[in-house]
Amino acid sequence: MQAKSVKYRLGKSYGFQLLTYLLAFAIVVPLLAILFYIVRAGITKINWHFLVNIPKPVGESGGGIANAIVGSIIIILVAAVIAVPIGIMAGIYLSENRKSKLAYWVRLSTDILQGVPSIVIGIIAYFWLVKPLRGFSALSGSAALAIMMLPIIVRSTEETLRLLPDSLKEAALALGMPFHRVIFKVIVPVGIGGILSGVMLSIARITGETAPLLFTAFGNPYLSVNIAKPMQSLPLLIFNYATSPYTDWLNLAWGASLILLVWVLFLNILTKLLTRKWKVQL
Amino acid sequence: MENGMVTRSDIPLRVITSSPEAILKAKKRLRLSFRQIRRENIFNKTLMIMGLVMIILVVGILLTLIVQSMPSIKALGLKYIWGRTWNPVEDIYGAWPFLLGTLLTSFLALTISIPFSIAVAIFLGEYHATGWIPNFLKNAVELIAAVPSVIYGFWGLAVLVPMVRTFEGHVGVSPMGVGIFSSSLILAIMIIPYAASLGRSMISMVPSHLKEAAYGLGATRWEVIRSVVLPYTKSGLFAGILLSLGRALGETMAVTMVIGNSSAIPKSIFAPGNTMASVIANEFTEADKPVYLSALIELGLVLFLVTVVINMIGKRVIDRFTND
Repeated sequence: MQAKSVKYRLGKSYGFQLLTYLLAFAIVVPLLAILFYIVRAGITKINWHFLVNIPKPVGESGGGIANAIVGSIIIILVAAVIAVPIGIMAGIYLSENRKSKLAYWVRLSTDILQGVPSIVIGIIAYFWLVKPLRGFSALSGSAALAIMMLPIIVRSTEETLRLLPDSLKEAALALGMPFHRVIFKVIVPVGIGGILSGVMLSIARITGETAPLLFTAFGNPYLSVNIAKPMQSLPLLIFNYATSPYTDWLNLAWGASLILLVWVLFLNILTKLLTRKWKVQL
Repeated sequence: MENGMVTRSDIPLRVITSSPEAILKAKKRLRLSFRQIRRENIFNKTLMIMGLVMIILVVGILLTLIVQSMPSIKALGLKYIWGRTWNPVEDIYGAWPFLLGTLLTSFLALTISIPFSIAVAIFLGEYHATGWIPNFLKNAVELIAAVPSVIYGFWGLAVLVPMVRTFEGHVGVSPMGVGIFSSSLILAIMIIPYAASLGRSMISMVPSHLKEAAYGLGATRWEVIRSVVLPYTKSGLFAGILLSLGRALGETMAVTMVIGNSSAIPKSIFAPGNTMASVIANEFTEADKPVYLSALIELGLVLFLVTVVINMIGKRVIDRFTND
C-alpha cells in the first residue's frame, strides 16, 4: 500500500471533523423548529380564560382546558402515590441484597419493564383495572403510569444507595440501631437527593405519556375530580383535538401543547438542578 | 441505683432474684426484644415483597397478554402472522401489513438517525467533552428526549406533513403527506438521544493510552477515531442503536398521528400504512368482537416479546462492555 501524503491525511482528518460538527449540530435544527413552532402557535391562545374554562362544544368559539390541567395533575399525583413507596422500597431491597438470586431476577424484571412499549402497558391496565371495575377510570390511568414510573425510581434509588459507603451503615448498626431505623434515619436521608431526582425524572417522563391513557383514563369533556370516573388529561386532549377538523379545537390543542411542553421542560430543569445540587449521577 | 451501686433488680435479663417485680420486668424486656426482632423480620419481608412486585408485574404482563390473545391464536394460528389482509368487518385478521409497517418505519428511522447520533456521540465523547458549546449540545439532546411524543405528532401533522406533501409532488408520487416516510422522519428525530447518549459515554471510556499510542505512531485525529475509538466502542454503539430500535418499534402516538392509518400493505415508503402500536391505539376501543380484540392483543404480545428481546440483547452488550 502506498503511503498517502501527510497533507492529504490531515485534510481528510479535518474534513471528517467538520462533517461530525455539521451532523452533530444538525440535530438542533428540528428541535428549535419544534420549540419555536409550538411557542408561536400556542402563546396567542393562552390567557386566563383559557386556563379556567372547560372546552366549549363544536361551533362555539372560546373555551379552555381547565379539565385537562386538573385531570393531569390528579392522575400524576395518584400515580406517584402508588409508585414512589413501592419503587423506593424495591430499590432499597436491591441495594441491600446485591448478590442474591432473587435480586438478580428483580433487576432483570426492572430492565424488562423499562423497555415495555407504553401502549402495551395501556392494554394491561385495561385488563387489570378497567374491565374488573366495569368502566374507564382515572385510577386505571394512574396505575398504568405508575407501572411506567416504577423502573426509573427503582434504578435511581438502587444506584444512589449503592454509592453510599458501607461504613455509614456499619456505624449506625454498631450503635445498636435496629435495621429499619438505620434505613429510614441514616441511609435514606443521606441518599435523598438521588432518590428525589429519580422520582422527579419519572414524573417528567410520564407527564407527556398518552398511549397508556387511551384505554384507561379515556378522556372527559367536563371537569371531573372523581378518580373512579373517566378523566381528561393534557396529552389526551392534544391527541383528540389535534386530529379533529375543527379550528377551535385545534387552537385548544396548540395552547395545551405549549402548556404541556413548558410543564415537562420545567420538570426536567428541576431534575437537573436537583442532580447538580446533590451531585448525583443518573 | 442508690449510692452508685447496681442492685440485682437492675439486671433484668439474668434473673437471679425471685422477687415478683423483677420477674415481671425481665419478661417485659424479653417481650420487647422479641417484638423488635419480629419488626425487623416484617421490615425485611416488606422490602422483599416490593422487589417481588417487579417480577410479578413482568410475569403478569406476559401471562395477561398470552391469555387474552388465546382466542385469536386458537382461531387463526400461524396464518395470522403471514395474513396479508386485515378486514375486521369480514373477520379476516392478517398482521403482515402492520409487521411490515413497523419494520419499515423503524429501520428507515434508524438509518436516518444513525449518522446524526454517532456524530453527536463522537463530538461529545471525543472532540469536545467540556465547555459551553458541548453543554448546549448535551442539553439539546436531553431536550429531544424530553419532548412528549404527542407533541412530536402534532408538530409533524402541522409542519412536516405539508412539507413532505410538497416534496412528494416534486418527486412524482401521489402527494398524501401522511405515510411511512413522514413517520420515519419524526421517529428519526425522536430516537437520536438514546444512541447518542449511550455512545457518548462509551466513547469517553476509551482508555487514553490507546489513543496516545496511536497518536505517537503519527496517526491523525480521524485515523485515531476510525482505527482506535470506533473499533473499541463498536459493541457499545451497537447496543445504543439497539436501544434506539427498541424505542422506535414501540413508539405509538407520534406515529399514529402521521402514518395515515391504512390497513393495506404499503406499496412504497410514501404510502400510508400502520404499525403494530398505531393499529392498537386506533382500533382497541372499537373492537366489538372477541376475536378482533384478541387479534389486537396478539399484536401487543408480539410487540412486547420483540422489544424485550431487543432490550435484553442491548443490556447484555452494555454490561459486557462496561465490565471489561
